[in-house]
Amino acid sequence: MKAPHFSVADIIPFSWVDGPGNRFVLFLQGCNFNCLACHNPQTIPVMTPRSTDMSVTEVIDRIRLSTPFISGVTISGGEATLQHEAILSLFSQIKNDPSLNHLTTFIDSNGNADHDIWDSIASVTDGVMLDLKVLDDALHHELTGGSNKSVLDSISYLNKIGKLFEVRLLLVPGINDSDELLIRTSNYLVSINPALRIKLNAFKRHGVRASARQWPEANESHIEKYRKLLSSHGVHNVA
Amino acid sequence: MATALESIRETINSQTLTYKQKVQALAGLAENLLEAPRLSKECAEALEQRIICDMYEGNAPYRGRYILPDYSIALKHGSTFLEIPPAQDLDDALAYLLIMYSQTPSITGYPVYFGDLDTLLLPYVDDVSDEELYSKLKRFWISLDRMFPDAFAHTDLSPTYNRVAKMILLLERELLQVVPNISVKVDPELTSDAYLLDAVKTVFECGKPHFINDPMMRSDLGEHYAAVSCYNSLKVGGGSHTLVRLNLREAVLSSPYGSEEFLSDILPHFVALTAELMESRIRYLVEESGFYDSSWLSAEGLINIDNFSAMFGIFGLAEAVNILMERDGVSGTYGHSEVANELSYRITSEVSEIVATTPMPYCKGNGGFAFLHSQSGIDLDIGVTAGTRIPIGTEPPLIQHLNTVARHHHLFQAGVSDILAFDETAVKNPEAVVDVIKGAFKSGMRDFTFNLDSNDFIRITGYLVRKSDLAKMPSARHSSTFLGAGAVEGSHVDTRKTKRVVSYESSPLLSS
Repeated sequence: MKAPHFSVADIIPFSWVDGPGNRFVLFLQGCNFNCLACHNPQTIPVMTPRSTDMSVTEVIDRIRLSTPFISGVTISGGEATLQHEAILSLFSQIKNDPSLNHLTTFIDSNGNADHDIWDSIASVTDGVMLDLKVLDDALHHELTGGSNKSVLDSISYLNKIGKLFEVRLLLVPGINDSDELLIRTSNYLVSINPALRIKLNAFKRHGVRASARQWPEANESHIEKYRKLLSSHGVHNVA
Repeated sequence: MATALESIRETINSQTLTYKQKVQALAGLAENLLEAPRLSKECAEALEQRIICDMYEGNAPYRGRYILPDYSIALKHGSTFLEIPPAQDLDDALAYLLIMYSQTPSITGYPVYFGDLDTLLLPYVDDVSDEELYSKLKRFWISLDRMFPDAFAHTDLSPTYNRVAKMILLLERELLQVVPNISVKVDPELTSDAYLLDAVKTVFECGKPHFINDPMMRSDLGEHYAAVSCYNSLKVGGGSHTLVRLNLREAVLSSPYGSEEFLSDILPHFVALTAELMESRIRYLVEESGFYDSSWLSAEGLINIDNFSAMFGIFGLAEAVNILMERDGVSGTYGHSEVANELSYRITSEVSEIVATTPMPYCKGNGGFAFLHSQSGIDLDIGVTAGTRIPIGTEPPLIQHLNTVARHHHLFQAGVSDILAFDETAVKNPEAVVDVIKGAFKSGMRDFTFNLDSNDFIRITGYLVRKSDLAKMPSARHSSTFLGAGAVEGSHVDTRKTKRVVSYESSPLLSS
């Protein structure tokens, strides 16, 4: 059997915005959503001449260069779980290598993956940071091209098996930030786990495709308003 | 060029210097009426051309440049000279320390070292409540800034996260003072992540503290060392007689040769001339001025000449390497090319080897030799990069930057102080900065400072200036603010990319 490979969109040796501490981040190529607000739309197609094929060993070699300076490794995308076999291989090697096993292993996912995939990598994955684009399914279809059923399912499943590190809400003023929607979202999140860590991401136009470039950006005062609304409905652990 | 008498008149009538700053400047002008210590013709020429530099310390050195008194001796036994008894409690300790600082000389007129203040004060805080400690230490902290308004004045904190260290960091965040400069000694065995996080969050507020690789320092300098002034690491109870430095860029430009001839002939020639300048200054200080025979610090054992050495500084490595690469016909620059980096390591190794085998008088503090130091510059340095740093605006990604400069650090026992400026994302993820600090030490860095663009402080070389004070120029309370103004005008400190700043150690012409 051929050793699993990654289709890599990009590598960042130090990142301060992809999980706890300083992290090595592997951005994989290919996504199973097609979000209007995607700020890395070039990573959506599965096949593109711009991506690089890398063996797990090659990725490990790159991680070693960052190792003295990092808390861990985050796999992002595209959608990381589309390449779960290579993730399993990479994270297993990290966990079994005495010079690397202090590193934490995180996945940044859109949540569009089934239980089998999470089960296959759970034992070597320390945490998942999961995006909830919007709770309303019809709007979710509009914004991402797909249903959020599997996303909500992943949230409750990962929470149950203790692997859900945080849920991220990307909020676009006037698009998915109505009070009614945010209150429903708060109630939903509290029903999953009142202590769940929530990260509010402000929509920025940088990098997005033309269709989303007309949308207003979210600023600090928007975020403050969202934070208050969530908090008044029981969501207190907002990063 | 103004004559000495004109300069004296101008200083006296100045409307921008405080009284104390005038006195300091007048002392420098008087000293420079004397002949400088005798040098060979070649050495004098190299000094005249500023290939080698005496930091404009003055023509007749009469006090050591960096003095690190062991204040614990006087706290424990009292001082005959100062007529103070042994300290009995925290109030005594704080008062006696201020008294001692007022009687500790240096080149700037203010002490460069306040002691490792957590270690000094811990014996006196057992029966002091947190509230009392806060208010007493707060008044003391305000006194330090108002009585010794020079950002070179420095305190160190021990590797252990103790009550006093914690309170000092809290006060730093509250008071936002320029003085004192602070270093935390980091030992991976003793320094907790909680301590580092507290320190990092303090940096976000006020640009301090600096971080030091404690095990590396102890192995080079012994248990009793401290970082003082602009990150000069030296022995406590001793220090450095003088600081003399070699401008590697100018050394390269003085001849047309490529790297091989530079390394075999030119560099050893100028290292020898720098050593000659250093020796002549040390001899004057020790043998003529008799500082160590007459100072109360020696008489009462707070310093001992056997713990002193001298600092041999280099700077302009980046320009030296880049010019030599061009002459060798090889493409690539320092920080970006393996060949250039390898050449830089050969240069620093060569200097290190010569300095480590050139006997220097009165340098028992380092076995009879000078300490090597990566010198961070003064405001007269235009077009030349501090120490062994990568030039502003050409820094590679952080990981490559750290890996490039880290390989120099083990050679510089008397300090390196690379400075990195981080962007706003650090504030939301201070753990990431802790990771970088720990990684930097694992990869062999000796000391390390970072700057965050968004607070009111701008770090010039190791010392801080408040941006709001710069705006108030030309009359400012802190002597070092003037130096900052020179640096902001003369270099790119204000317009740097988000990673690091060029910096410099003193603005010598203020006082001469």
